[in-house]
Amino acid sequence: MKQSILLQIILSGFLYSSLVSAETLEYEITIKNHLFSPSEITIESGKKVVLMIDNQDATAEEFESYPLNREKLIRGKSRAKVFIGPLKPGRYPFFGEFFHETAQGMIIVK
Amino acid sequence: MFETAIIVFREILEAAIVIGVIAAATQAIPNRNKWLLAGIFLGLLGAVLLAYLGSELSDFADGLGQELFNAGVVSIAVVMLAWQTIWMSTRGASISKDAKSTGLAIKEGQKALSVLLVIVGVAILREGSEIVIFLYGISASGAQANSMLLGGGIGLLSGVLVGFIIYTGLLHLPVRLFFKGTAILIAFLSAGMASQAANYLVQANKIPALVSPLWDLSSVLPNASLLGSFLQTLLGYNARPDGIQVVFYVVTLLTIFFAIKWLNHQNKRLTRKDAMS
Repeated sequence: MKQSILLQIILSGFLYSSLVSAETLEYEITIKNHLFSPSEITIESGKKVVLMIDNQDATAEEFESYPLNREKLIRGKSRAKVFIGPLKPGRYPFFGEFFHETAQGMIIVK
Repeated sequence: MFETAIIVFREILEAAIVIGVIAAATQAIPNRNKWLLAGIFLGLLGAVLLAYLGSELSDFADGLGQELFNAGVVSIAVVMLAWQTIWMSTRGASISKDAKSTGLAIKEGQKALSVLLVIVGVAILREGSEIVIFLYGISASGAQANSMLLGGGIGLLSGVLVGFIIYTGLLHLPVRLFFKGTAILIAFLSAGMASQAANYLVQANKIPALVSPLWDLSSVLPNASLLGSFLQTLLGYNARPDGIQVVFYVVTLLTIFFAIKWLNHQNKRLTRKDAMS
């Protein structure tokens, strides 16, 4: 059991290093009036991508996602980038912690 | 108002738990309160400074300064917490048994207190700067500043209360259980933070995630739940960890465990030598 997990870790390490050499796709997300736009982004499975988040509000926001295991503070009127993936197919919701009633979004992996 | 209270509470929970445990662990050392207060003060000062100067920091390293800074700060906490639990399990126990006023005890106690200062300062610095940025952003946007301030205050007090409950809870344990319990808790805190450091580095694209996720318990006990976020801080629980996070976690725990074993073994050999001569 232990060995198989270890093997899996090592193998995926190799898999990863071959993936990282490929170029990383960028996706632009804008925050305005505490809304993400686009609020849905579809990406390919097994690929690392980078989200370029542009916060046009004066207030800070925290990009957060439990299924994506991500948390990033974005100040008012500034940009930030968040690497995600490689991911398995599925739906991965994210939200803005500081204004989560409106700031909701979804990464769809196909 | 409630929203603000919850957000502030969640940010402060981790710092409160860390401080509660570490304050209990150093409870018997003279002058501890002074060092604890100094740590809190320096942490707050750093948090405000970081909030004001932080935009340069975020732009640093191609927009990944925040992750790298957090990874660095968390790593300092990992080392300090590891030192603390190793110290408690090897020297600390014997010192607290012997006379507290001996020169050695004071010297050793000072070391533990400077570690306390760093751990407390770092815990407040990290979470505190996020709270400052959040509250500043809202107040700058002109939204209801009063109810927001009230909410922030309620969140802060609830967080402090949780820390205090942990602190008094630990102090009420019987002595043997107290030493074992706090030492084990600190070891897990340290391992959990090592896993957090790994997560920051993965997020910044500096190290591979290996398997992502290694397991998925988010339908059983999500990190978003109250119990989940509590266990996340206390034991480093993660419902969907990356492989590399588990590696960091396990390596930290094993390092602490074997360091304690090895040092206790050395100590025993030394005392045996003393007894023979």
